[in-house]
Amino acid sequence: MYLIFLVIKNAFRHKLRTTLTVVGIVVAITAFGLLRTIVEAWYAGAEATSSARLVTRNSISLVFSMPLTYAQKIRQVPGVAAVSWANWFGGVYITERNFFPQFAIDAATYLDMYPEFVLKPEERKAFMVDRTGVVVGRKLADQYGWKIGDQIPIRGTIFPGTWTFTLRAIYDGVDAKTDETQFFFHWQYLNESVKARFPRRGDQIGVYIVEIRDPSQAAAISQDVDATFKNSLAETLTETEKAFQLGFVAMTEAILVAVQAVSFVVIIIIMAVMANTMAMTARERHGEYATMKTLGFGNSFVAALIFAESIGIALVGGVLGILLTFPLASGFAGAMGTLFPVFFVSQATVLMQLGAALIVGIVAACVPAWSAARVRIVDGLRSIA
Amino acid sequence: MPNIPFNYIARNLTARKLTTLLTAGGMALVVYVFATVLMLAAGLQETLVATGQPDNVMVIRRGAQTEVQSGVDRPSAAIIETLSDIATGADGQKLISKEPVVLINLPKRGSGKPSNVVIRGATAAGLELRPQVKIVEGRMFQPGTSEIIAGKSIANGFRGAGVGETLRFAQRDWTVVGVFDAGRTGFNSEIWGDAEQLLQAFRRVSFSAAIFKLADRTRFDAVKAQIENDPRLQLEAKRETKFYADQSEALSKFISYLGITISVIFSIGAIIGAMITMYASVASRTNEIGTLRALGFSRVAILVAFLGEALLLGLVGGSIGLVGAAFMQTFSISTMNFQTFAEIAFGFTLTPGIILASLAFALIMGFVGGFLPAARAARMKIVDALRAA
Repeated sequence: MYLIFLVIKNAFRHKLRTTLTVVGIVVAITAFGLLRTIVEAWYAGAEATSSARLVTRNSISLVFSMPLTYAQKIRQVPGVAAVSWANWFGGVYITERNFFPQFAIDAATYLDMYPEFVLKPEERKAFMVDRTGVVVGRKLADQYGWKIGDQIPIRGTIFPGTWTFTLRAIYDGVDAKTDETQFFFHWQYLNESVKARFPRRGDQIGVYIVEIRDPSQAAAISQDVDATFKNSLAETLTETEKAFQLGFVAMTEAILVAVQAVSFVVIIIIMAVMANTMAMTARERHGEYATMKTLGFGNSFVAALIFAESIGIALVGGVLGILLTFPLASGFAGAMGTLFPVFFVSQATVLMQLGAALIVGIVAACVPAWSAARVRIVDGLRSIA
Repeated sequence: MPNIPFNYIARNLTARKLTTLLTAGGMALVVYVFATVLMLAAGLQETLVATGQPDNVMVIRRGAQTEVQSGVDRPSAAIIETLSDIATGADGQKLISKEPVVLINLPKRGSGKPSNVVIRGATAAGLELRPQVKIVEGRMFQPGTSEIIAGKSIANGFRGAGVGETLRFAQRDWTVVGVFDAGRTGFNSEIWGDAEQLLQAFRRVSFSAAIFKLADRTRFDAVKAQIENDPRLQLEAKRETKFYADQSEALSKFISYLGITISVIFSIGAIIGAMITMYASVASRTNEIGTLRALGFSRVAILVAFLGEALLLGLVGGSIGLVGAAFMQTFSISTMNFQTFAEIAFGFTLTPGIILASLAFALIMGFVGGFLPAARAARMKIVDALRAA
């Protein structure tokens, strides 16, 4: 009990220094949490996948397409429950800065395969019957202020010309993990226009989405699908939706590794600041430690005092930092708009923040505690701060 | 009354080595992150700007942002070829290269993780248009065969892309017969093969882009107007330098914004560290300050002395961080460019501007951290300071 009282008294002896240190830790822990959240947001696409869905693409790369006739052949592979498809449209809304993914989908099958996109029944029907209709995520609609019935012009980069769509439905995600920034329109609309203008480019599919009955059979079914198209003009590569999404993450891995490395650098920086504080504090009190030892307190008691003070300060800063992370993360997500479709602070991040604060407290106290415990009574009594 | 000697300021920093080291170390890390990120953005820009030649013109389909998205069919390419402003090479042929450009998915050497690599159908004229490309290992591909040459970064980074190895795509085995070095340009992250062979293998009927050299560099605007006003063509012309510079824009902006935001947040930590150190320095020297003032040194001289100490601390930290960052120049990084969807390798480039910005950043950290403590020292009353324990 007395120990705790003494530690608190000690911690507040230099109010300014303690406050500054706590502020430093708050900043560092908040920055650490924010960076971890960014890294997690990168993986969000892969996290939100279903193990019952496979993605089939052209084995050369995503740039190459596959013929429409593959849909029928994939459907015949044993274990396949349903097949749908999507084409990447890659258009520009007003300027290049407004990036969001646009897909031409086979609406009837696609929306059934993604129960995580929740649509109002009447809006869904309105989308189904309108050939130029489009369904967008809630976050995307909010960002550009679109309302049902709005006309949305998109300038094609892969498919030339300006394409105008009518907003017919807005979907909500089933949970926070669902990407609400996508833009879906009818593949049939795209295909008919393309066929009329460039006959060779008609009836081509970017990716097939394959729903399977038993997720444990994913590997075998993938092989069967690819074997069906072996030695054809468009060989395929089938993988689980998760592997497909992780492929994108892997391509930008270098940046991801850098962000991760930097998130640990901030902890090291604050460790240096905290260690400095504790070193100064302990040095000033060498005389007191000698007095305590004279009174009969052991070396370990002196060391415990320093450790308790250091860990206490670090944890106070850590907890404040964690609390600050939440409003900051939601502000950041708002500012970034659709760049990070899914952005929230996870439980794992909070635990890592707490752990980091604890480690900072412990490491910072090591050297001062060791030197304080070692100080000889005579030297300590003689020392001046 | 003169200023307090610089010697006094500097020796105060060496009086408490651990504290000075920890504070400067924190600042050094912040400056290191700051400089590294700026170097990375500069390296990317340098790479993509150097990829283009100032008198080369790139013709792609209107609205397309990259070569991969673009398509130039043979009739259109033939019309471009008839332009009178195209330079002629040593053999009397026009210097125009009609190239198919596609992406193929290849596994990386170490991790086996796949990434997109640009494969370009090259021609003899295409090589002449890009004098920076030199074969450093093996030989050039034979036109009309399934031979390819790989850029240096690709040969080192991807499986099956070294000399003598084969890559399988588009129902054929392609033998890598050479490795080329294109200096610090984006071509290092490409694979080149015979244009007609690649068109056949990929079942394509149109090229992706036509690149030609202007006979007269100043005629660019006229040529651009001629191409874009031709009712038979759905194409647009860009200077090659601008075309590649545009492609680095998003990624380099992303890197510098992220980096600067992170550095600014980190610097708060380092500033607080400096502040703690300087406050302690002032507190432990109260008597000294009183003595200095009694000797006749002015308040301003005291303020300058302590600010000088903080700035020196920042300079030491900044220099250490900058030296660490300079070593990063030996590394290069390879990642996907969001705009082209293709792998690009680039290095860290240290420019004089970055050195100045980093040192200025370090000095600002020192100044902000040292100002309040220095002001406290300067405001002390002589009697109180001398009486203090």
